[in-house]
Amino acid sequence: MKYAEEFRDPKAAKGLLAQIAQVIDELGATKEKPVHIMEICGGHTHAIFRYGLDKLTPEGLEFIHGPGCPVCVLPMSRVDECVELAERPEVIFTTFGDAMRVPGTKKSLLQAKAEGADIRMVYSPLDALELARRNPDREVVFFGLGFETTTPSTALSIQQAASEEMANFSVFCNHITVPPPIKALLDDPHMILDGFVGPGHVSMVIGVEPYRFIARDYGKPIVVAGFEPIDLLQSVLMVLEQMRDGRAEVENQYSRVVQDDGNPVSIAACDDVYEPRPTFEWRGLGEIDSSGLRIREKYVAFDAETKFSIGYGKGAPRFVPEPEGCACGDVMTGRLKPIQCPQFGKGCTPEMPLGALMVSSEGACAAYYQYGGVDLEPAE
Amino acid sequence: MCLGIPGQIVEISDHETNLALADVSGVRRKVNVTCVAGEGLDALVGKWVLIHVGFAMAIIDEAEAKKTMDTLNALGEAQEEFEAMFESDRAMEGRT
Repeated sequence: MKYAEEFRDPKAAKGLLAQIAQVIDELGATKEKPVHIMEICGGHTHAIFRYGLDKLTPEGLEFIHGPGCPVCVLPMSRVDECVELAERPEVIFTTFGDAMRVPGTKKSLLQAKAEGADIRMVYSPLDALELARRNPDREVVFFGLGFETTTPSTALSIQQAASEEMANFSVFCNHITVPPPIKALLDDPHMILDGFVGPGHVSMVIGVEPYRFIARDYGKPIVVAGFEPIDLLQSVLMVLEQMRDGRAEVENQYSRVVQDDGNPVSIAACDDVYEPRPTFEWRGLGEIDSSGLRIREKYVAFDAETKFSIGYGKGAPRFVPEPEGCACGDVMTGRLKPIQCPQFGKGCTPEMPLGALMVSSEGACAAYYQYGGVDLEPAE
Repeated sequence: MCLGIPGQIVEISDHETNLALADVSGVRRKVNVTCVAGEGLDALVGKWVLIHVGFAMAIIDEAEAKKTMDTLNALGEAQEEFEAMFESDRAMEGRT
């Protein structure tokens, strides 16, 4: 029972696994006709593989790995624009380290840096602001990347830059939001989704109300979950129980961190700074309505798109096809398992990623590559 | 980026810009506390918070902080966060 050592509370894990197996039976789900539950968040994907939850749960349950890894859904043309900005001599380009290895059409930011571009990996936009203060003769551009867990920090940094009237700080805003791609996936007739495990920390910011449409309009259960393996098992069980009982509700398993109305200060800062773009491109998923954020006119002085005349819809063609043989799109939508991609572990590895899903530890392919071979002994 | 990291607020370092010093497993880090300052900045000292890219996003209790840290360690994410912090310190000095 290797897994017993891994869980803080193995007895609780065993109990939950038994209950999950029971409800799967009651639903009549089998290996051939499984229940499909999507975990939206990349952090959850990572935890599911790390703890082998996909192997410990019954065969009648299949996890579909959602689009909640911001690095994984970053289109190549956005990476190209980052490189273009970073290669300007006056620019110090600041980014979270996660984005460095994402392939563009010609190169990644890591390659651009090796070739001499001034690219700095920062932990926080606060550090980008500080770099701008220390380098008044340089243009500091911060790459705004991520879902609602990072959108407030960028918004607050822009507000801070405005209050200091900083002239050499701007944000290349490529922030995205969680609910629109979920709607797009639910509207895709090829997707089979029976329920969702909702993201914990995104919900800490936006609350649970934005998921209401999933239950109301599509009749699917969603349970906002914490990151511990016990949280995930508990949440999966709650989704399955809703299905069995014929309910479709938004439930919050992670109420010790997630308030139903989210974090009002964060929401207000984001409303002040951003507005939704009419449409935005997601790697592997294509264009999705109202899924990206741009900086409002009142903060245009801090918008790198305007300052450098670059960005979404400007210059380079909008859509760039994936590299040949890359099946990230099919993996992203659950049509293929990572190992079914012909490039998996061959032309595409975490060291030399071909597709974005292999780049981040939150990407399904990287997680599968790292933990997929781990054999866990079954319970008892 | 997604998971954040727990830390304990040690002191308020700048009341004007809502900056505080947090202890993250022994590493002292500047964090912005705007989003958790509902009861006033000084009330935050000693509290545990969940920090995302340098911004405290939620107040949590000590037990939750410990559980979260254990999970981050198991996932290897805690190490990634610390590496990102140290890398950022080097980047500030232009030493990369």
